[in-house]
Amino acid sequence: MLISTKTGNLRLNVAVSMIVFFCFFFSVSVAGYKTIILATTTSTVDSGLLDVLIPIFEKQSGYIVKTIGVGSGMAMEMGRRGQADVLLVHSPRDEEKLVKDGFGINRRAVMHNDFILIGPADDPAGAKTAKSVGEAFKKIGESGSLFISRGDKSGTHSKELSIWPYSKTILSNLWYLESGQGMGATLLIADQKQAYTLADRATYLSFKKRIRLVIVREGDKLLLNPYHVIEVNPEKNKGVNTTGAKAFADFLVASATQKLIADFKGFFPDAVK
Amino acid sequence: MLPELLNILLLTLRVSGTALLISILIGIGLGVFVALRDFPARKLVIGVINTGMGLPPVVVGLLVLLFLWRGGPLGFLELIYTPTAMIIAQVILGTPIIAGLTLATIQSVPQKYKWQAQALGAQGWQMAWLLIRETRLSLLAAIMAGFGGIISEVGAVMMVGGNIKGQTRVMTTAIVLESQRGEIELAVLLGLFLLALSFSVNLGLTIIQQRTKRA
Repeated sequence: MLISTKTGNLRLNVAVSMIVFFCFFFSVSVAGYKTIILATTTSTVDSGLLDVLIPIFEKQSGYIVKTIGVGSGMAMEMGRRGQADVLLVHSPRDEEKLVKDGFGINRRAVMHNDFILIGPADDPAGAKTAKSVGEAFKKIGESGSLFISRGDKSGTHSKELSIWPYSKTILSNLWYLESGQGMGATLLIADQKQAYTLADRATYLSFKKRIRLVIVREGDKLLLNPYHVIEVNPEKNKGVNTTGAKAFADFLVASATQKLIADFKGFFPDAVK
Repeated sequence: MLPELLNILLLTLRVSGTALLISILIGIGLGVFVALRDFPARKLVIGVINTGMGLPPVVVGLLVLLFLWRGGPLGFLELIYTPTAMIIAQVILGTPIIAGLTLATIQSVPQKYKWQAQALGAQGWQMAWLLIRETRLSLLAAIMAGFGGIISEVGAVMMVGGNIKGQTRVMTTAIVLESQRGEIELAVLLGLFLLALSFSVNLGLTIIQQRTKRA
């Protein structure tokens, strides 16, 4: 008798749990309809620019955009594997390779911002007096001043690696350290260690009030940071939303969008005719 | 800002709440079953459960990502970058914690009690239910441990959810994003909210736990 009431209890409990469970489950598993996966860089997401542009695009087109902020290396890999429909990235050399290998199509310039060389205010390497950013890098190496690299295959990391050859410097782990983290974390580490680092201007500006490091070099043509939009080639991978990708890419280079980019602090439009 | 914060808070509750409920159902069921039944490879299963209690979230995230990707074994379900994908990852993390602690709890019930119940005619389901009722204090602690693992997790939900604004951004991933953006105050604020959320859920569970103790 005692046992049988307890079994009744158990049934009730199971029934209630099942109901609660299914309510929860169905409330979250609303199927994705007309979605576009945009693989882009963390810096683009961090800047807040996409928070302005994407709601406008979604309203105009009826698409839902899933923005995945990863390192440029990962974004490019997602394009190769067909895990994204469209890429907004800033590693020109890797981008050219992606297009040449046939994984990306219709690469178009969207905008640019710029990189700056950040370092201690007293500038122990004398990078401020260098004639070029390559020479500034050289002076850092010669003086053995600490340099923190992102080391994460991001667009910023790839830009940094493309500058070192101009300095003809051999990197040594005595003064060249890799953080393996995002721009914000790397700036904080560089600040703690009073080291030099290459940063994108937007992230530096948002961290400026928290760190003592200053800009030691800016404005070189080499330091420009161009963003391109690339549609993923549907012939290489199945399931790519190619119409959606084209719609989003067209939206980015449209003159109304370019105007919005011009109004956004830190970015300059590149697709205006 | 405020509606967005509310959105993040609700999504966190929805994702982690669902994951917790599923983890409880599977975890307690599995723990009780393994504790009471003898079957081949039982020790191996226990070893797997115990290892699962310390699964690195990023590894789970990576595996779920590979399964749910387009062209992956379960890619046709189109679950990648949805809250459902995040629930799946959290269930994989939460279930072994609850199962492992349930197993240890049920096994620590004195054999005498089990014999007594058997003598009164308890079998199978009835026995399981009796033991669950008897050990509910420890089992609630197991549930709290599972909830702690799920709600605080960031690596896996970041990977399989993508931290998409308004769709898959939860408290932990929002904290990572805001600290990357240099919005330290906002990140700290979100952290406090997360702690408050975790505290209230645990307080609720504790009240249930302590009430049953007195009764």
